[in-house]
Amino acid sequence: MYGLVACGLSLIFGVLRIINFAHGAVMMLGMYTTYWLFTLLKVDPYLSIVVTGPAFFVLGMVIQRTVIEPNRVAAEHNQLLLTLGLALFLENLALVLWQGDFRTVRPPYAGASFVLGEALVEVPRLVACGGAIVMALALFAFLRTTDVGKAIRALAEEPEGALLMGIDVGRIRAVAFGIGSGCVAVAGALVTPFFYVAPDVGESFNIMAFVVVVLGGMGNFVGALLGGFIVGLAESLGATLLPGSLKQLVVFALFVLVLLFRPAGLFGGGRGR
Amino acid sequence: MGAEVLLGLALGALLLAPPFLPPYFLEILISVMLFGYLGAAWNILGGYAGQFSFGHAAYFGIGAYTSTLLFLNLGVTPWLGMLAGGVLAAAFGLFAGYLSFRYGLRGPYFSLVTLAFAEMLRVVAVNTKAVGSSLGLVIPNREPAAVNFIFAGKLPYYYVILAMALAAVWITRRLERSKLGYSLLAIRENEDAAEAAGVDALGMKLRAMALSSFLTALGGTFYAQYFAYIDPTITFGPSVSIQGLLQAIVGGAGTVLGPVVGAFVLTPVSELSRAAIRGRAGVDVMLYGVVLVLVISFLPHGLMGLRRGRGNPPRVPLQ
Repeated sequence: MYGLVACGLSLIFGVLRIINFAHGAVMMLGMYTTYWLFTLLKVDPYLSIVVTGPAFFVLGMVIQRTVIEPNRVAAEHNQLLLTLGLALFLENLALVLWQGDFRTVRPPYAGASFVLGEALVEVPRLVACGGAIVMALALFAFLRTTDVGKAIRALAEEPEGALLMGIDVGRIRAVAFGIGSGCVAVAGALVTPFFYVAPDVGESFNIMAFVVVVLGGMGNFVGALLGGFIVGLAESLGATLLPGSLKQLVVFALFVLVLLFRPAGLFGGGRGR
Repeated sequence: MGAEVLLGLALGALLLAPPFLPPYFLEILISVMLFGYLGAAWNILGGYAGQFSFGHAAYFGIGAYTSTLLFLNLGVTPWLGMLAGGVLAAAFGLFAGYLSFRYGLRGPYFSLVTLAFAEMLRVVAVNTKAVGSSLGLVIPNREPAAVNFIFAGKLPYYYVILAMALAAVWITRRLERSKLGYSLLAIRENEDAAEAAGVDALGMKLRAMALSSFLTALGGTFYAQYFAYIDPTITFGPSVSIQGLLQAIVGGAGTVLGPVVGAFVLTPVSELSRAAIRGRAGVDVMLYGVVLVLVISFLPHGLMGLRRGRGNPPRVPLQ
């Protein structure tokens, strides 16, 4: 699951060279959208993806156009702070609008599960996992085959070259940010059947997504997906070996180690900058 | 010289007015000073050396926990505990700094590593019974005693934090004119060029790190003594780290007075918004987000940039 969140983050980083702190907040908004659609209009969480995906694609483009694009030339850390400001704003907007209560979406199949060998498989988690893989594959295919996808990859690899080849870089950047936001909103929709919804829920995913992205290599999707698996494994291993929430320690330790020794990711070539 | 007269007047007001202020305003002033102080501590590393730490909560928490644990378990006065916390935090800062700088982590990578270190300490604190786990620690027995850093009213706390903030500003001022200060600026502007010119970048950055984390830890002790309660989220959580850098960025990173100016603007904004919209948590932080985005978009040098008449110089990225 972290994989899909990380895919979006990775895309945004790859193309925009921005570490996006607001990613978790966008995911949180996606989860709230799913929640409200389910509670008020009885829309199935999985069905609501058709709404949240495109809606957050547009939202992402708007954010990129209005907030981030004007500051393209600012120093790198300022862009980091920009997304941090955005995250603070969105998260607390949610807190103001919907209070800090934990909310849950409980469709009829929320508790469904079956036994596979010795393991108990919960259906919603399986769907989320499958959804993440499908999304990642679709994204991969999109980037490989379509013109826009190719433009995005060109921009990620060689911004100036892309500009010289006549690619409308501003538009492509907005599209990339939009896709990243759409992805993470879909991820939010996919997890709501088995996860609580709260204003700060994105934060925990956000930090994990950073870990995943760094593990897999910034701007590398297959890496992001693999990184997601590694983090998931490390977390569950940590949970069985260590008491309480110490499992997070394992993940953070992994994170620091990878940052120190392989900043370009486990699968990236050599060292980052 | 008008600026110096103005500063003198402001300082006089800060020294003389508080005894006559109603308690509510005094509380706000204490917050302003604490945040200004934390901002100034962050500023040394973030503003001058250009190393954007997102994990200063680590040092804040170490300071708060060290002095409180020494006081509760061994009866050591927090005044001494404060120094112990500072030294410990500086040691941890040197450790984290050495690791990150040694392996060449720059820019956003450094920010992420510092964030990870702070989060690790938070997780450890939550899971350690000896430090009160997630319930935190309470400083009981509020018998006022100056020796134990426990005072009857709020006024003495105000003067303590005022002195700390002034000291931090003074240290920054000294730093700005020192060899270390110039080296840090050179590193911030272009680390490779600075090294080529013979600046010991690693050593200089580590010195800034130690100073910054030491000062931040003292702020942690002050917090613990003033509120008499600490827990892992309050002290090690990301919001402390964000508070410090926010003051400095909004006021003007890399300027002597920036962090304090930032605190004088941000804290009242948050207090006013909280007073205006009651019963809805989060409004103040939401406004922080807006202020942060606006300042970065329109005043990349913070409020101090206004005074220098270079509010929004175009910056060309080095590709």
